[in-house]
Amino acid sequence: MSSLTSVQRLRTSARVQRQISIGIRLVVAVFLILFSLFPILWVISASLSATGTLATQTLIPKNPSFQNYLTLLKLDQFPFWNWFLNSLKVATITSLLSLAITTVAAYAFSRFRFRGRQTMLKAIFLIQVFPSLLALVATFLMISQVGDILPFIGLNNHASLILVYLGGAMGVNIWLMKGFLDTIPRDIDESAMVEGASDWQIFTKLILPLLRPILIVVAILNYISTYGEFVLARVLLRSNEQYTLMVGLQIFAGAQFTQRWGVFAAGALMGALPIMIIYLALQDQIVGGLTQGAVKG
Amino acid sequence: MASNASLDTSKKTPSSSAPILPRLVGFALLIALDVFAIWFSTRLVFFGYYPLLAAFLVITLFVNVVVLRKQAYPIRWMLIGLILMAMFTIYPIIFTVWVAFTNYGEGHLITKEQAVDQILDLKYLPESGKAYAWTAFKSPEGDYVLWLIDADGSAFLAKPGEPLAQPLPGEMGVGQLDAKGVPETIEGYQRLNPILAATDKTITEIQFGEAGQTIQVRSPSEAAQLVPLYVYDPDQDAMINQETGVVYKNLRGTFTSSAGQQLRPGFVASIQWTNFRDFFISPALRGPLVQLVSWNFGFAFFSLLLNFSLGLAIAIMFNDPDFPLKKLIRSLLIIPYTVPALITILVWRGMMNPELGVISRTMNDLFGWSPPWFTNQWWAKIAILLVNLWLSYPYFMLICSGALQSIPQDIYEAAIVDGASPWQKFKSITLPLLLVAVGPLLIASFTFNFNNFNLIYLFNGGGPPIPGTPTPAGYTDILISYVYNLAFSGSTGINYGFAAAITIIIFFIVGTITLFQFRYTRMWEEVSENV
Repeated sequence: MSSLTSVQRLRTSARVQRQISIGIRLVVAVFLILFSLFPILWVISASLSATGTLATQTLIPKNPSFQNYLTLLKLDQFPFWNWFLNSLKVATITSLLSLAITTVAAYAFSRFRFRGRQTMLKAIFLIQVFPSLLALVATFLMISQVGDILPFIGLNNHASLILVYLGGAMGVNIWLMKGFLDTIPRDIDESAMVEGASDWQIFTKLILPLLRPILIVVAILNYISTYGEFVLARVLLRSNEQYTLMVGLQIFAGAQFTQRWGVFAAGALMGALPIMIIYLALQDQIVGGLTQGAVKG
Repeated sequence: MASNASLDTSKKTPSSSAPILPRLVGFALLIALDVFAIWFSTRLVFFGYYPLLAAFLVITLFVNVVVLRKQAYPIRWMLIGLILMAMFTIYPIIFTVWVAFTNYGEGHLITKEQAVDQILDLKYLPESGKAYAWTAFKSPEGDYVLWLIDADGSAFLAKPGEPLAQPLPGEMGVGQLDAKGVPETIEGYQRLNPILAATDKTITEIQFGEAGQTIQVRSPSEAAQLVPLYVYDPDQDAMINQETGVVYKNLRGTFTSSAGQQLRPGFVASIQWTNFRDFFISPALRGPLVQLVSWNFGFAFFSLLLNFSLGLAIAIMFNDPDFPLKKLIRSLLIIPYTVPALITILVWRGMMNPELGVISRTMNDLFGWSPPWFTNQWWAKIAILLVNLWLSYPYFMLICSGALQSIPQDIYEAAIVDGASPWQKFKSITLPLLLVAVGPLLIASFTFNFNNFNLIYLFNGGGPPIPGTPTPAGYTDILISYVYNLAFSGSTGINYGFAAAITIIIFFIVGTITLFQFRYTRMWEEVSENV
């Protein structure tokens, strides 16, 4: 009898303990969420603030208005839609082409056995580690020289920017892709091969459908990193109407940061939105990809 | 492995020779490519872009070999990727390595031939030399011609940019000659009287006659042919000044006299290991570089420690399948990670702005004091670590919660039976197993932060500046941002050669860590097993 009550007491105390622990953790979660969201809320508030300078802004804007957004779309030195479309164009083309190049190459690395295969794989990885920032001068010189002959892949041109991005495409994702391909059993290919299918048929008809999840992840990660890149773009693109959004935002921030804080906030927010939506909508797939070895860069 | 390859090719032969059409199309494409390559190469030669030409020819040759040789069949699958990589990644790297052994930079941007040509173009008016008596004519548009008579009495007509002519009266619009042998009129021009001509400042600045043999007015009565100021002596590899006799010897890409005077422009010259030696032993750079390198490692290490600890703590805290609102909390917590870093870093810069930013204003209101985020080196370092924590803990949270779920629960149950405390469970089970899973990502993250240029550059540009350094450097600069300033900031002495040398040193550091990562994760062994 007495032992029963003690067990009951133990149970209730365990339940109470668990509830307390959940309560504490919820409080911690609230603090963490505040820490995480504060800068974002601050930008939203700045973009809605009527005065639009850094010094006068408060968290809850006085007289909130969409004035900054309207200004943003009218400013000549801030052609938002132009930059935004440039960014979407460059990121979309780059990520699709890079996906195609990487997948086909990873298939060859995973399925064929040839001399120098390991050396090439290692070399590709090491080359990718080279700090490309400094190769920038060489890249710039090269693009300007090529542009003297073929202007459409010269300076201030999206085609050349995309080509340069694609030059780094294989290095980043080929290991991830090959790792995934290695997990697909080779019996599949071999049975198809016996039936006389060519490598290209095996690749397109059998392997590609199986690769779908990883293809999505690689394409998205690529899209996000291209969308956010500004160093190369800033060096290769020379005129206002050719800038990508990140280059434009950075230059705008450098020029009149504190005075046009509200306009900057509005532009930043609208520019960040597509990526945030992609992330939150596909977070499970992306998390899967991240844990398999891609680092945001 | 060998049998497999032969299997592949034996399978290939029937399937690739049977359809003639694709092969013909392939050859047609290759021929088109080669035609284009030949045209492009001739253009490169025309412009004198020889390094690019070499790279282009190597790549074209490679493409031809791969397409024509049957053994290269697997390479065809990755051909486009390899071409792009060779052109836009490897070629710039080779260029950078070459530059690291030169003095390429401000004042040393052109080739030696170009520099020599520019210096040889300099002229001076010798005290003696072939002299003429001159008379000036001026057109209504302001063009001048000179009528020159040399010591033998021969007369010449000199126009800027044209060879000297010896017209007789009636030719080239030249009218009747007067008593001194000077034409009274030249068609289209007005003869200037000697006083007017002697006071006209423009005349003395004009070079008459064809390039290389130009004639300039030296005094009211005399005009003389200009001669080159310098003569190049290939034996000494030196420039000799004809007016003063001073010898300027080639010293690391600049013609320098024994007194230390330098001729502009300098040129790109190989200086062997000097850039690397400077990095390790130059006394002027010692102080700032020791500071830079130690902060670089410190920054990468503490970033990793802080970001990983917070991410792990959160992951453990919410690693509970029944926790309420779990999905929502995770979605909210990863938001910092979803905004492009450029935007959030700039926003943090605004929020921490010493006078105007919200953080500083709030702290000023509450405590009457706010940390000098941008002017004090320690606060600047703390600010950077804080911003980086905000940026990257969601990533660690995500990978840690993924890894935690892969740890089998029965290990914990066994530990509870043995009476292990929560701390012991964490220390002896969770942490070791977790580290095995996420270890490679931690190393990758360390190397990423080691070169985290965006954060430093966008947040405070490496400031506050270290006083008294020969090249601009700041207390929060890491190697890569310091290198960027060396190579691109126009303020003081762009030194691309030195910047390239540091890049290579960075590459060795990061490359070593990467090799270690391979060893640690057995990535390469895995590759070997697959073979």
